[in-house]
Amino acid sequence: MAVMNKPPVTGAGRFNGVLTWVDQRFPLVRMWQEQLSEYYAPKNFNFWYYFGSLALLALVIQIASGIFLTMNYKPDAATAFASVEYIMRDVPGGWLIRYIHSTGASMFFICVYLHMARGLMYGSYRKPRELIWIFGVMIYLALMAEAFFGYLLPWGQMSYWGAQVIINLFGTIPFIGEALAVWIRGDYNVSDATLNRFFALHVIALPLVLLGLVAAHLTALHEVGSNNPDGVEIFDNIDPVSGHPVDGIPMHPYYTVKDIVGVAVFLLVFSAIIFFGPEMGGYFLEANNFIPADPLKTPAHIAPVWYFTPFYAMLRAVPPMFNSQFPGVAVMGAATLILFILPWLDRGKVKSIRYRGPRYKAWFAVFVFSFLVLGYLGVEPTTVWGEFGKGLPVVGGDYVALWVARVLTLAYFLFFLLMPWYTANDKEKPEPKRLTW
Amino acid sequence: MKKIFALLVALAPLFCTASEAGPALEAAPINLADKISLQRGAAAFVNHCLNCHSASAMRFARLEDLGLTEQQIREYLVFTEARVGDTMAVAMDPKVAKAAFGVVPPDLSLAARSRSPDWLYTYLRGFYRDADSKSGWNNTVFPNVAMPHVLWEYQGTQALQVDEKMDPHTGDMKVSSKLVLERPGKLSRLEYDQYVADIVNFLTYMSEPAQTSRRHWGILVLFFLAGFFVLALLLKQEYWKDVR
Repeated sequence: MAVMNKPPVTGAGRFNGVLTWVDQRFPLVRMWQEQLSEYYAPKNFNFWYYFGSLALLALVIQIASGIFLTMNYKPDAATAFASVEYIMRDVPGGWLIRYIHSTGASMFFICVYLHMARGLMYGSYRKPRELIWIFGVMIYLALMAEAFFGYLLPWGQMSYWGAQVIINLFGTIPFIGEALAVWIRGDYNVSDATLNRFFALHVIALPLVLLGLVAAHLTALHEVGSNNPDGVEIFDNIDPVSGHPVDGIPMHPYYTVKDIVGVAVFLLVFSAIIFFGPEMGGYFLEANNFIPADPLKTPAHIAPVWYFTPFYAMLRAVPPMFNSQFPGVAVMGAATLILFILPWLDRGKVKSIRYRGPRYKAWFAVFVFSFLVLGYLGVEPTTVWGEFGKGLPVVGGDYVALWVARVLTLAYFLFFLLMPWYTANDKEKPEPKRLTW
Repeated sequence: MKKIFALLVALAPLFCTASEAGPALEAAPINLADKISLQRGAAAFVNHCLNCHSASAMRFARLEDLGLTEQQIREYLVFTEARVGDTMAVAMDPKVAKAAFGVVPPDLSLAARSRSPDWLYTYLRGFYRDADSKSGWNNTVFPNVAMPHVLWEYQGTQALQVDEKMDPHTGDMKVSSKLVLERPGKLSRLEYDQYVADIVNFLTYMSEPAQTSRRHWGILVLFFLAGFFVLALLLKQEYWKDVR
């Protein structure tokens, strides 16, 4: 039997007694201090540092709105499409819940992409934060799976054919592909069985995985402390009197009140989309998805939702080899998996882009440019920009965009694969001793 | 960094030359605040469209949104055995429809969202006589469509006039086509455009009945959040005084 010898909680006024009772049985005060009131974060977080907490908010919004959608949605091929329209029309406030969820998915990805860009720019994946980065990449992969499973549920044309295309990708894996695709679908075609299992994966399996990974991500972060735009460690410079980092400030109240400002702006943008343009010109909700799934009618142009398009463009850019589309699938897979080894590719002495040399900056610009343009090309048919290709040798005809995608895919990979060399002997600037604003 | 982003933003329009396929669509004069237009559109819809098409997500009772009473809906808009609380089912048996047209006419609940109002507006005005087609009609927006021109008595009959002209500078043959009215119908051209505009207005409303109230709520929510933003910013600045 543990002795309840913890000192009583003070400073909570008439709640002291209740808090003392709880604290003697649960490490409430210690958790509060370790995670918030005495978690020291660098004082110079800038704009890019909002997106971690906003991604967490997006996760909470998706779970909360998802619970209410589940109350009225029917995971059945015969009634799924109609049940979504039932939510949109007959469930009080149902349209709001549905738009929150459909917009929330895209907003989640926007936050995650900006959060990852921040990690890249300021070297937040570098020692000792490799595990934070790895958990983060796992969250990103789980989120893509979650989005993919969820996208089938409205059972529209784009849901159906998008799932068909993506599952067929697994079918291209040599030897086991066909059997694997059937195993995923639970049928020889995307069907009621597929919808049912995707529903299970979307509403319970992947959310559990995501929550677990987020917990691991935050635990690892609070173990080693946050990076910052200067990429220097605040714990190297401790105030001898207080024992706290000179350039650190407690997470609460400083960053909690700052993040609330970010939340307000985030919700303004979020609400503007929900209430005034939930389709976002077809990027968040596609016109084709307002037609019920029809296994006999293939849409002329199948494109994934915007957050998958950079990888989709890579898939299409790789030509089939030995009568198999597998090389493209392998390239697409490698493009995401290569993120895992990033911490060991970077040999730079400084972490932040502020003090990086010109070579890294140039490669980083190439990377960002490639990713954005590939994202655009993934939305369009391969023949886009055909008018610029007329009369050109090799790349001529309609397929100039395909060649652009090939070059950019190569550039994307070279950013990672050449990193050990161009970061090792770059003309870096000296890092400051203290944080700069 | 900032320079790179500025450059990317500046280059963005270069990559946005989206290629649009298909014939040019005319802008539909949508006005969801015009309840009278919506009521006329609803009447035309139940008279002409609902015989072959269903609107399985739309309830008759919902038409109260358009300023109609339950009594009016029952008397003027429900022609079948359906009750006011029912959805708009199709009058025709799907098997009969398939035999007659070769396809089952699609449900129209979401037509304005899957096709766009402009498409519908151009489509309903784009029928012309075509002796080669099964129904005797063809359409500029939807070539070889199975649907006959249901509203021909109102519009009259159109023909497609195809002109081939040689470009004097390049020598290329240029094919242009336009619709000409062969025989006028009950309505003048302007009246027919308005008739179609009412139907499309109704279809647009029906594709998302919540859209008007959605925008009203949106204004309230944005004002509330703007106030919240100001308070949050003031709070943050108060706390951060001692950090700076």
